[in-house]
Amino acid sequence: MKADFQIWRGDASGGKLVTYSTEIAEGMVVLDAVHQIQAEHANDLAVRWNCKAGKCGSCSAEINGIPKLMCMTRLNELPLNKPVLLLPMKAFPLIKDLVTDVSWNFRVKKKIKKFTPRAADAADGTWRIFQQDIDRVQEFRKCIECFLCQDVCHVLREHQLHDAFIGPRFLVHVAALEMHPLDTEDRLEDVKKANGIGYCNITKCCTTVCPEEITITDNAIIPLKERVADRFYDPLKMLFRFLFRSKKIIK
Amino acid sequence: MAEIHLTDNRRGFGYTNRKDAWWVRPLVIFVCLSIFLIYVTWAAFQGRHYTFGPYLSPLYSPELFGDSSHSWFGNKPGWWPRQFPWSPALLILWAPGLFRLTCYYYRGAYYKSFWADPPACTVTEPRKKYWGENSFPLIVQNIHRYFLYIALFFLLFLLYDVWKALWFIPPGGTNTGERSFGIGVGTIVLAINVVFLTGYTFGCHSLRHLVGGYLNRISGAPLRARTYRCVSCFNRKHMLWAWMSLFWVMFSDIYIRLCSMGVWHDWRIL
Repeated sequence: MKADFQIWRGDASGGKLVTYSTEIAEGMVVLDAVHQIQAEHANDLAVRWNCKAGKCGSCSAEINGIPKLMCMTRLNELPLNKPVLLLPMKAFPLIKDLVTDVSWNFRVKKKIKKFTPRAADAADGTWRIFQQDIDRVQEFRKCIECFLCQDVCHVLREHQLHDAFIGPRFLVHVAALEMHPLDTEDRLEDVKKANGIGYCNITKCCTTVCPEEITITDNAIIPLKERVADRFYDPLKMLFRFLFRSKKIIK
Repeated sequence: MAEIHLTDNRRGFGYTNRKDAWWVRPLVIFVCLSIFLIYVTWAAFQGRHYTFGPYLSPLYSPELFGDSSHSWFGNKPGWWPRQFPWSPALLILWAPGLFRLTCYYYRGAYYKSFWADPPACTVTEPRKKYWGENSFPLIVQNIHRYFLYIALFFLLFLLYDVWKALWFIPPGGTNTGERSFGIGVGTIVLAINVVFLTGYTFGCHSLRHLVGGYLNRISGAPLRARTYRCVSCFNRKHMLWAWMSLFWVMFSDIYIRLCSMGVWHDWRIL
């Protein structure tokens, strides 16, 4: 059976959609078809990939308008009576064809305050933590940095507020640090101001597209919003802190 | 190989490369929430047919002032401005209304369905400007927890209404006389209403934060840890609870209203 694929060909200066027809077989994923097209029709087709197992986060693209990993999208999940549309991620600058420049994400990550553990619990320099205290954070550690959540987030994708908002991926990263039982750093002022958490309007698109099924909005962003509300918007808590002259952060 | 030239990457409102029926979900939410808002506004201004026997409509509970036997402080207060229409619901309905309006789930839902911000994931918006929840009025959403506190009290009032809905005036009795135990369909309706509203309120993201989410270590407090896990459990189905409770509040009012108007008959089980 043959299937058609409309693939974006071009670079930052412009481009076009090119339709390729290729033979498909049972069990194939979109990335398999792209590799086949690369081999048969377009040797210069640029596509970033690595593990083919949904763990490296390299092959992010927009498949029929929805941000997905090409290696985890089976062809039998797609309607093949029409051409499958393959576009690069819209939220990042295009390099070539399906490859975008995601280096903005790495620059953002460098600006986030690093993990700062408390003094070691034992003389040998190690710590003791309970599993139930680390459960929440472990979910966030599943992130493979595919940046699909960044791509689908309308604050970055549509409004291009890259200078004011760090996006769901890094709110998850901040949540992993902020909620860590050993961490002593305070990032809440950054979360409110530099990281722009107020721009998130909880549409949950990031959660929907996450290939690792991290509950980004409910477990990372909203708890951070609540912590920011504690510090900056809750009048009773602000009064309490004023009366007791305490800026101590509960950790 | 066919070629299609792309021109502008930024398109007008509603543009998307999605091939699924992305508009169905926001449209369904728009229609359902609109029906609820229109009905509740209409019912709140009626000021009658909100009680039937021992039943009190959840849209009117607690009845602080009013003509029925459920009223806490007697009839319509003298301080109520004459130019405003009177209904007992107008005194209390703002609280659960604001609780839902500032709820994290509903916020995401109505930003999409009513404000198209965005209409759906990867669908182009109608506006170029965007402030999010950083400035007035949406910055007020950050005090959702205060409406949660009020909503928790409302659960107690509604639970008391279920208790009262178990005590019926015996045949031949007077409205102020003795009551006999019984269960009617209305009792079940009001009890289900409390169950759904409890599921919705106990799954609130702010409650999850307040019972333990604000801490990084909960292992030292077993009761707190259990409470946090319980609220997290409700929270995982927050959307489902939100819709079930929304529908059932409306249905409870409809049931009591139609019984009061004589259209429906309240069947006594016990």
